[in-house]
Amino acid sequence: MDASLSHALHEVLGKVVGFIYPNEIELQWSILIVLYPYITGLVAGAFILASLERVFNVAAVKPTYRLALLTALAFLIVAPLPLNLHLGHPERAFNILFTPNPSSAMAMFGFVYLWYLMAVLLLEVWLDYRKDIVGWSKSDPNPVKRFLYRIGSFGVDNVSPRSLEIDDKLGRAITLIGLPSAVLLHGYVGFIFGSIKANPWWSTPLMPVIFLFSAMASGIAAVLLLYMVTSALRRRPVSMDCLDTIGKYFLTALILAFSLEMLETLQKTYEAEEHFDILSLMVEGRLYVSMVLVQVVLGALTPMALLSWALALRPSEGVRKAFYAASAVLSLIGIFAMRWNVVMGGQLFSKSLRGFTTFKIELVGREGLLAAGVVLLLPFLILAVLLYFLPPWEPEGSPAGSKD
Amino acid sequence: MRTLSRRLFLKVSASAAATLALSKLSTALAWAEGFYREPPWKRKKPYWGFGVDIEKCIGCGRCADACKTENDVPREPFFFRTWVERYAVYKDGQVDVDSPNGGIDGYPALQDPSALAKSFFVPKLCNGCENSPCVQVCPVGATFKTEDGVVLVDKEYCIGCRYCIQACPYGTRYFHPVLKVADKCSMCYHRLKRGLDTACVEVCPTGARLCGDLSDPGSGISKFRENNKVQALKVHMGTEPKLVYKGMDKEVR
Repeated sequence: MDASLSHALHEVLGKVVGFIYPNEIELQWSILIVLYPYITGLVAGAFILASLERVFNVAAVKPTYRLALLTALAFLIVAPLPLNLHLGHPERAFNILFTPNPSSAMAMFGFVYLWYLMAVLLLEVWLDYRKDIVGWSKSDPNPVKRFLYRIGSFGVDNVSPRSLEIDDKLGRAITLIGLPSAVLLHGYVGFIFGSIKANPWWSTPLMPVIFLFSAMASGIAAVLLLYMVTSALRRRPVSMDCLDTIGKYFLTALILAFSLEMLETLQKTYEAEEHFDILSLMVEGRLYVSMVLVQVVLGALTPMALLSWALALRPSEGVRKAFYAASAVLSLIGIFAMRWNVVMGGQLFSKSLRGFTTFKIELVGREGLLAAGVVLLLPFLILAVLLYFLPPWEPEGSPAGSKD
Repeated sequence: MRTLSRRLFLKVSASAAATLALSKLSTALAWAEGFYREPPWKRKKPYWGFGVDIEKCIGCGRCADACKTENDVPREPFFFRTWVERYAVYKDGQVDVDSPNGGIDGYPALQDPSALAKSFFVPKLCNGCENSPCVQVCPVGATFKTEDGVVLVDKEYCIGCRYCIQACPYGTRYFHPVLKVADKCSMCYHRLKRGLDTACVEVCPTGARLCGDLSDPGSGISKFRENNKVQALKVHMGTEPKLVYKGMDKEVR
């Protein structure tokens, strides 16, 4: 067996507190499995924000519509990567598609993922961009890009008003299907944890709902930040109307996620079942910083206060922008901490309810910090490529954020 | 005429549906009244079960040792198909549990034996759940229950996602560091099929462990379950373990 693993486990063995089952010394799910729900959450949240414009006709968020779609796509492309890196036998990953076990929540991953990627996101992006792709395939000064756009149009170059109308109708229909699909994608990720009765830290029917609302908050935060950053890089003004509207949805999602988390905490505290002692010891001890300080105070209460201030008291635009940006950064950190606390917290205490193990994250290796960093950076690179080929901005001349 | 036939058709199908629904309902009610579900070993032969007599276990750890040898379990103290826990319950109510290296190398002396109320050893292994959470969650079906009731892992098919390890309430699964797949107690299936006892049962010097065919009323395990008050671990989870313990204390989890 690998000497470094043995060494690491011996080190952890020395830090075990109380009694744990001997097989529990090794943590089964690493930081990569923390990234997985984080990334799918960003996908679902960004998509739901995009749907607001499309389905509910919230015109104010239009400047972020395409950006949100591309963000969702960039993160969705990366979503299976942390899972695959984590597998003991990545070469057997396709078993999950060929012989899925119908009683396994995890087995549904391939199908939910492919459905969401192929049937929803790619199709919606394509339909929305088709008119532009056809235009670019004729007008782009770069012949290589013209060629690529021609491939990208799949030969459908009819841009008559009637044809565009069909595109729009189809796009709307797909968004309508897409909304429940986004909910399914992330709700299912929550169910993977929530359905494990062996683990009292995970097992709750609220898990998928909490995951979903925190996903919305994180996706909205990511798009909000990306919108502000890309506007600044392009030296274009941001639309305050757009920011204020997104801010409202952002606050709503945060409040819902936080209330549900508190409801669960209250319920668990009040019922105080046999596992209560060990779980509260964990929150007061090994998870205190990442949960109480980062997830709750810094990542939820602070952005909720800032957003409420910005929305209710309407300070100057500059202050509001700063508040929105700060809330987005904080809640992105807080929601990462929430995923961390769920995944890691669920493995730190023993199922014998008599002790704790600890974790040791390596810097290098397939599941090390560097690999995790690459997985988290990759969507931004993909997004940059997508933005290069499919610029989501309003055409030059029309002011950014103009209402239709 | 057309209207009449349509009406007739509707009448007939409605009454058929109602009859079907009622009959189903009455079956359900009858079942609920009895609350009896026939154990699978009444229908399938053989059907393997396991028993542990806690009073007989002396904590020698030979079972855990033999298991590692028989099944090529890595020798490092983090991987076990079976291990033995020592419980020390003190007069002041304090409970200490330990299982250094699964009990293979023995246990350190207790600090203050005079303060001790009771102490005992509890061997742990796969609970052979009838409703196995590990089988339920395996995404590819690499973990499965055999016809004769044993939960196994197909190490050629497992993708190594470790979901089953998370789902096992008893901590009896581990990730094999060399094979890179989930591994667990197989009840020495290769031995059972040849009419042999499991390795741990074979080496137990006191007969604290026993394994046998639940479908045979004369087998040791059937008599053990019949003649003793036995308990199983974490029954509230509905896993229906086929591993039962005699003389188990409430502190054991």
